[in-house]
Amino acid sequence: MALAENNGGGRRTSPPLIRALWKAARTVGSVLITMLGLMFVTFLIGRVMPVDPVLAVVGERASKDVYDAAYQAMGLDKPIIVQFGYYLWDVLHGNFGMSLLNARPVSEDIKRVFPATMELATLGTFFGVVIGVPLGVVAAVRRGSWVDQLARVVGLVGYSMPIFWLGLVGLLIFYGILGWVSGPGRLDIFYQDIVEPRTGMILLDSALAGEWQVFRNAFSHIILPASILGYYSMAYISRMTRSFMLEQLTAEYITTARVKGLPERVVIWRHAFGNIKVQLITVIALSYANLLEGAVLTETIFSWPGIGQYITTALLSADMAAVLGGTVVVGLIFVLLNIFSDLLYKFFDPRAK
Amino acid sequence: MKPFNKILASVVLGIALGAPGAALYAETPPNMLVIANRIDDITTLDPAESFEFAGSDVSRNIYGKLVNFDPMDLNAGYGPDLAESWTVSEDGRTITFKMREGVKFHSGNPVRAEDAAWSLRRAVKLNKTPSFLLTQFGFTADNADDTITFDADANTVSITTDKRYATSFVLNVLTATIGGIIDKETVMAHEVDGDMGNNWLKTNSAGSGAYTLVSWKPNESVTLKANPDFYLGKPAMDRVIVQHVQESSTQRLMLERGDIDVARNLNPEDIAGIMGKDGLAVDSELRGRLMYVSVNQKHPILSKPEVRQAIKYLIDYQGMQDSFLKGQYVIHQNFLPATYLGAVDENPFSLNIEKAKALLAEAGVGPFEIEAGVRDAQERIEIAQTLQNTFAQAGITLKITTGTAKQILSRYRARDLDMYIGAWGPDYPDPHTNAGTFAYNPDNSDEAGATGLLAWRNAWDTGGLTEKVEAAVVEGDRDVRAQMYRDIQAEFREISPFAIMFQKIEQTGRADNVQNLNLGGAITAVSYWPVTK
Repeated sequence: MALAENNGGGRRTSPPLIRALWKAARTVGSVLITMLGLMFVTFLIGRVMPVDPVLAVVGERASKDVYDAAYQAMGLDKPIIVQFGYYLWDVLHGNFGMSLLNARPVSEDIKRVFPATMELATLGTFFGVVIGVPLGVVAAVRRGSWVDQLARVVGLVGYSMPIFWLGLVGLLIFYGILGWVSGPGRLDIFYQDIVEPRTGMILLDSALAGEWQVFRNAFSHIILPASILGYYSMAYISRMTRSFMLEQLTAEYITTARVKGLPERVVIWRHAFGNIKVQLITVIALSYANLLEGAVLTETIFSWPGIGQYITTALLSADMAAVLGGTVVVGLIFVLLNIFSDLLYKFFDPRAK
Repeated sequence: MKPFNKILASVVLGIALGAPGAALYAETPPNMLVIANRIDDITTLDPAESFEFAGSDVSRNIYGKLVNFDPMDLNAGYGPDLAESWTVSEDGRTITFKMREGVKFHSGNPVRAEDAAWSLRRAVKLNKTPSFLLTQFGFTADNADDTITFDADANTVSITTDKRYATSFVLNVLTATIGGIIDKETVMAHEVDGDMGNNWLKTNSAGSGAYTLVSWKPNESVTLKANPDFYLGKPAMDRVIVQHVQESSTQRLMLERGDIDVARNLNPEDIAGIMGKDGLAVDSELRGRLMYVSVNQKHPILSKPEVRQAIKYLIDYQGMQDSFLKGQYVIHQNFLPATYLGAVDENPFSLNIEKAKALLAEAGVGPFEIEAGVRDAQERIEIAQTLQNTFAQAGITLKITTGTAKQILSRYRARDLDMYIGAWGPDYPDPHTNAGTFAYNPDNSDEAGATGLLAWRNAWDTGGLTEKVEAAVVEGDRDVRAQMYRDIQAEFREISPFAIMFQKIEQTGRADNVQNLNLGGAITAVSYWPVTK
């Protein structure tokens, strides 16, 4: 009887809590399974790639005994599953291994390159959203007008122009000819190593340290690559905003709102736009995640030491510890951004509450 | 101010002030040398391990060696550096170096005979990739302590080789990166698990040279600071910064804007673009790298002597030199780069389809197909395509396989490619460096696994050249030795499965106020200490 009472009492108070816990556990579980799968697949690809990781370490002129020693030291003589087990164990202890190519811990490398990408991607997405969203809304409201045509052309160019070409032309015009912005790299050499890295994002670090000259210099370096990345996300975001808005503007509730005599501003921004926020969040989150993955070509042209360039160089040099480390971080970012956009969904969408 | 407000303020302020912040400096400071270069090949800065171009550039400026080249007179050959003189024993096996007095490491420790002996022993014992440079003299981890010795009182170091070698050979090898003399006390303070400080020295420096390492940020930059106590006098450039800039066009823009002083990887179009521009200059230097084609002697057709010969007549040397390789490579058909002891400038082969066809007919060979492996670098792919075209005219179908350097090399080293199109750079400035790989292969069996030897990779038994190379490397008389290499090369040209095509010319764009920048020619790496602005 007492047991039944207890159970009954529990049922009355705890289901929402249990549900929440269950949900949280499910989320964590799915994140863990995704990450495990990602690591295993990347690990496997790294091992079956027709590139010899030992050669990457010892160089093409190594003698056979030097080669064999490195082969054993890298644990390559053990079965793949055992190698993966060791790797997993290390990762669980926060150790992504040593980069074969520069003999530093991969985690340190990632700490160095990821903030560079994050800074670029955040500013790029910021530009993309600030320009892309209003442009998409206006293009939808004034469908067929010159604004709409302009948005279409700008979007089309953004979709179809190769980014390295745009980057090179941008550099030539704004840096080479006009001299409005600084050249490749994150800072002029004179400003390097002045600010103590706290977050690794130079704009943020220099602002926190009150080093405004460094800040200005960093800004003049980042503005061009960020604008170019921003242009691409703007093209995507504006097209998506436009099509979401068009769908809303033809809905009956909008006609009703207009018939009620509400000001156009309220109809568009509060009613129509209010309803596309949720979809837009997904679009923006995905676009941000894409940039966070590292824009390899942009990073190469602008000598931006980001994670895209890091993973690519590592991949081409068979530095699998670095590739795995980078992939795990990028994978984690994707998963986290997905969770984050799910949470925002719930915040903005009353039905989800 | 709350952190968030601080950040917000910074963003707003930054946007307001950002744009005019650009281009504060139209040129680099007078005491600073800024270079754009591709430095993504650096994997370590330990002289006992470093074996890449960009790494050698750094090392040459940080570490003194027993003997070294004077950048202002490379043709003079090696001369004293940390050793002020040396003597050779009667039997020619022992060289004793007298150390220069009063030289200090960057740490302030004196450079002693003990440091020199320890550095060389360490390189042997660590057994890293370049260790073969020293172990070829018979040094091993077990005998290093007995064969590389020092006398603290006399301040001398002695090295005893397993047999008599040409003294010039031994001393030339000691000018390579692995000959860098390291500060024992400093490095051993960072030893972990008996690694003789290897892990620490990968990213730090402990030398006595003109510069000390401030930082190496992989794929980003290398920063060097002048050593005020450098025994040849403090260098004019207080700082040298080598920035990793991948793209040629980006390097050119930076050079034109005055953000860098030197651009080291300009392609022919960008070189042409800056030629004759005010304030800029272009230097051309002959480097040691050779571009060659080789054919696998395991292949039943390619191993016929007439076929090997025919291939050498199926290459449009002149056409390539005058078109896409213009200014970057010059025709050179011998395995010793120009400026090396024993180098020859005879280039007897030219494109001659009819002759090639006749040779193939003589061998009784009909049309056939072979696979050529080539790295995915533009100039190499263009060479492969040119070969594909001319080979086709003689009935040989060339199937080109491209891949990353590592992919193609893995197969080449496994003797798995019919044909390889690639480059070879000498390891040290002595003729044996190339003779010992192109024309030397003591055991051609698969089991020998001599992957470091190009002759082995192509499964070529060298037709008796191995013994001649062995004889040349021990010849004491310099002139006789040079003649021996000339003879070996003459024979090599005719019988080998290698068609050596070109020697590299490096073209560098620089601000015209930068003086005395020497890239090291074909024999060594760049020297920053004589540079002035």
